Amino acid sequence: MGQRTRRPDQDRGVTYLTAGNGLLVIILGLPVLAGVAGTILPAFGYLPALGGFRPTTAHLAELAGQPHIHRSVLVALAAGLITTFAALAIVGTFIAGFAGTPIFARVHHLVSPLLAVPHAAAAFALAFLIAPSGLLLRLISPELTGFTRPPDWLLPNDPMALSMIAGLVTKEVPFLFLVTLAGLPQLPLRRARQLMAALCYGRLSGFLISVWPMLYRQIRLPVFAVLVYSVSVVDVAMILGPQLPATLPVRIAHWAADHDLKMRFLASAGALLQLFIVFAAIGIWLALERLGKFALTLLTLAGTRLRQDMLPRAISGLAMAGCAGIIFSGLGALFIWSVAGLWPFPKALPGAITAKIWLRTLPQIFEPLLATVALALTASALALVIAISLLHRNGAGRGGNGASYKLLYLPLVVPEISFVFGLQILAISIGFTPAFPSVLAVHLLFVLPYVLLSLSAPWRELDPRFEQIAAGLGKSPLRVLMTIRLPLLFRACLTAFAVGFSVSVSLYLPTLLIGAGRLTTITTEAVALSAGGDRRVIGVYALVQAALPFLAFLVASLGPQLLFRNRRAMRM
Amino acid sequence: MIGRARQFITAAILALGLTGEAAAIDVNDWNSVVAKARGQTVYFNAWGGAENINAYIKWAGDEMKARYGVSVVHVKLDDTAKAVATVVAEKAAGKDHGGAVDLVWINGENFAAMRREGLLLSPDWATKLPNWAYVDHEAKPTVLTDFTIATEGLESPWGGAKLVFFYDSARTPSGELPDSAADLLKWAKANPGRFSYPQPPDFVGTSFLKQVLTELIHDKATLQRPVDEATFAADVAPLFAYLDEVTPLLWRKGKAYPQNYPDMKQKFADGELDIIFAFNPAEASAAIANGELPDSVRSFVFSSGTLGNTHFVAIPYNASAKAGALLFANFLLSPEAQLRKQDPKIWGDPTVLSLAKLPAAERQAFEALDLGAATLGPDQLGPALDEPHPDWMTRIEAEWIRRYGAAN
Repeated sequence: MGQRTRRPDQDRGVTYLTAGNGLLVIILGLPVLAGVAGTILPAFGYLPALGGFRPTTAHLAELAGQPHIHRSVLVALAAGLITTFAALAIVGTFIAGFAGTPIFARVHHLVSPLLAVPHAAAAFALAFLIAPSGLLLRLISPELTGFTRPPDWLLPNDPMALSMIAGLVTKEVPFLFLVTLAGLPQLPLRRARQLMAALCYGRLSGFLISVWPMLYRQIRLPVFAVLVYSVSVVDVAMILGPQLPATLPVRIAHWAADHDLKMRFLASAGALLQLFIVFAAIGIWLALERLGKFALTLLTLAGTRLRQDMLPRAISGLAMAGCAGIIFSGLGALFIWSVAGLWPFPKALPGAITAKIWLRTLPQIFEPLLATVALALTASALALVIAISLLHRNGAGRGGNGASYKLLYLPLVVPEISFVFGLQILAISIGFTPAFPSVLAVHLLFVLPYVLLSLSAPWRELDPRFEQIAAGLGKSPLRVLMTIRLPLLFRACLTAFAVGFSVSVSLYLPTLLIGAGRLTTITTEAVALSAGGDRRVIGVYALVQAALPFLAFLVASLGPQLLFRNRRAMRM
Repeated sequence: MIGRARQFITAAILALGLTGEAAAIDVNDWNSVVAKARGQTVYFNAWGGAENINAYIKWAGDEMKARYGVSVVHVKLDDTAKAVATVVAEKAAGKDHGGAVDLVWINGENFAAMRREGLLLSPDWATKLPNWAYVDHEAKPTVLTDFTIATEGLESPWGGAKLVFFYDSARTPSGELPDSAADLLKWAKANPGRFSYPQPPDFVGTSFLKQVLTELIHDKATLQRPVDEATFAADVAPLFAYLDEVTPLLWRKGKAYPQNYPDMKQKFADGELDIIFAFNPAEASAAIANGELPDSVRSFVFSSGTLGNTHFVAIPYNASAKAGALLFANFLLSPEAQLRKQDPKIWGDPTVLSLAKLPAAERQAFEALDLGAATLGPDQLGPALDEPHPDWMTRIEAEWIRRYGAAN
């Protein structure tokens, strides 16, 4: 009896919805674990399909003997750490300096759509801007620079990975910003600000001491997701990253694609090393957290007010606007390229404008577009249903045991390249036919954690009194879920759906490797064509690629507006 | 939908091993091949990096559908090795029927690897194709040997290739153009930062290394055999001495490289590079027609010769739609498809057919093709140097990465 009252959702009414939860976690968790195992075992020589039966460390030794491997590792690690730190610093400083001001709202609207732009498209956009023959230099040449020919500057692809870090920061800032916004309403921001101002603290230092520790705790998981992503990114590194040598994830991707199948053992060894680098990055980050905490304690105890903080505040504001500016003007440059005829350096505008590439490409785009949308809609809808069911089952703030589904976050933390590789071996071994369902399944594995991540904060936030009243009126938990909670969380659900949609649209490796080329999406087409380097075509595909999730986010923000037009309190 | 269902049933029957599919196909009985192919879907694994090539394959697929009821799906690869890896993985997993790859665009080391592993449809089918009658195997010996390896009819020629250099006559005076690898080094000294080559292991980049090696090695005959470990270091010493000298003179001082030919072409269009090269003599004309390069671009070759080869299509041993693949390979070899392919406005790839063997009307159509001002005529292309044994490519790539893989 006591148990029943403590867990009201364990009612017969919801049993149908939630009974399968344990099973679901197992079904979804197994491929995740298999993906990881399928990476680790071949690294030690165990891959029966390729004649590897005996455990050996020969492949690890071979990896160690690869030319310039240390540099590939160090650059990937450093770039990931710097990216995460810079993005977090920009977002943190901006929120500390501007939360609650009109600028804040404006930047919010500017930055949100950036989340919809896929990483690869943003990377192309940046490359088009900063290359010596790119738009920025064209705009001021030859008048200001005297260049009639592009200068021989190593940009992008600089050996220090600065352009790659810039590209990643540009994309991670909007992500961290939006995640932070989701956590912000739960914090006593206004009162803390008043208190700290009364104590004569500067805005930044006051925020740092009073609100930041609570806020950081909330966004810690997304920060780690950013860290892992930046340490193991492939597509952005291919476009902007150093080439001699390439970063470790890029080299693993090349080894995994080698026609000599023995290279797969090397690729697995590399993926294992990649996994260690991710752990190392997380370890270093944990140490940095400690250090930061210590520094914060010192700052608090010292009582330094740091009232002169205009400069860092201005910098963070500029950095936020800069991220938006870079991506928007990059997309603009992509569009100009897509309609450009001959466009020699240093002309700021193309000599001729033509719709030829669009007219030629659009008919061919239709089929991949259909596949992309079908995949993204199905995967994110399924993920949303699963996420709702998991959150409902495990409750929030009710002492519910949420640990069982934390396993599903693994794809966020395990580097994609290691993970997909293991999945592919698993798929081949059990005779999975590459087709829509298998690609959908693998998309779901990647989409679900993001949907869970986006939905769980608002789920926790919702005022429990609505449901308590409904339950008091004798409604079954299933009915409460359907008539109270989900309508109230409609906007959050749509946003989570849009996040899932954009993740699915941007998946490249899983689609290619599990789909064996059977299923072309806008992204697989875009990456294959980027191998060809024709900016006109890249422009078309990148724009279509960016437009899809953008539409999803638009629906997510306009949908509730329309649906709730006669319910004022539900509008934003 | 009905076609789908039938395909599915056929696939299910094949999967259950109810028919002896391999025995049922007889390339000598062409009518039976045509009949069996109807309703099949051919998964054509081919590099998908150039839009004009993709459009050409799309056209060929549409024709196959209209004429023979065969669907062609272009599986766009960024590297042919991915298709080879798929077949190798299938063989390793014991999947000897119903493979994912039906036809693959291939040559060189990928062909050598597939042949060595027994991954190709055999015996000889290519010379049994009806359109083989038009193939120029007398004057173009490379349609029979792929990088020194005899094709033995395991792959069907699809197009010719010859290394040709391009320059922009509006920027670079034609009198200063290099006429050999050694000349090119001198030119690079006079024009630092204006030449580069795609980063090995890119195919075109490695081809440049092979061109230099072929010109500088003491005994050219060595290259027609697999690498001899005992003499390898001495054999390639002239090549790497050359590269050591030229690298600081390259674009970005050799700290970065174009990633492939189209990337190199873009950098040429942007004015970052002044001399580039391609494995297709008509590339420049095609790019001019496409608005990618200015119409002042012209071609040149080295008078003592540049590398030449042929590229092919091959059928994996476990292909699902063998009849459809045979029919498609034959179509790609037809005078009509080859004429369209050689048209620089469409692709510009030199034909593997012999004009003398064609019917009068087709021959005239080929002769009437406007190759464009940027394309050298067949008589101006200079001698074709033999491709080295595929072993050299692999070894030179590895050695290049070891020496130049980290720019400092």
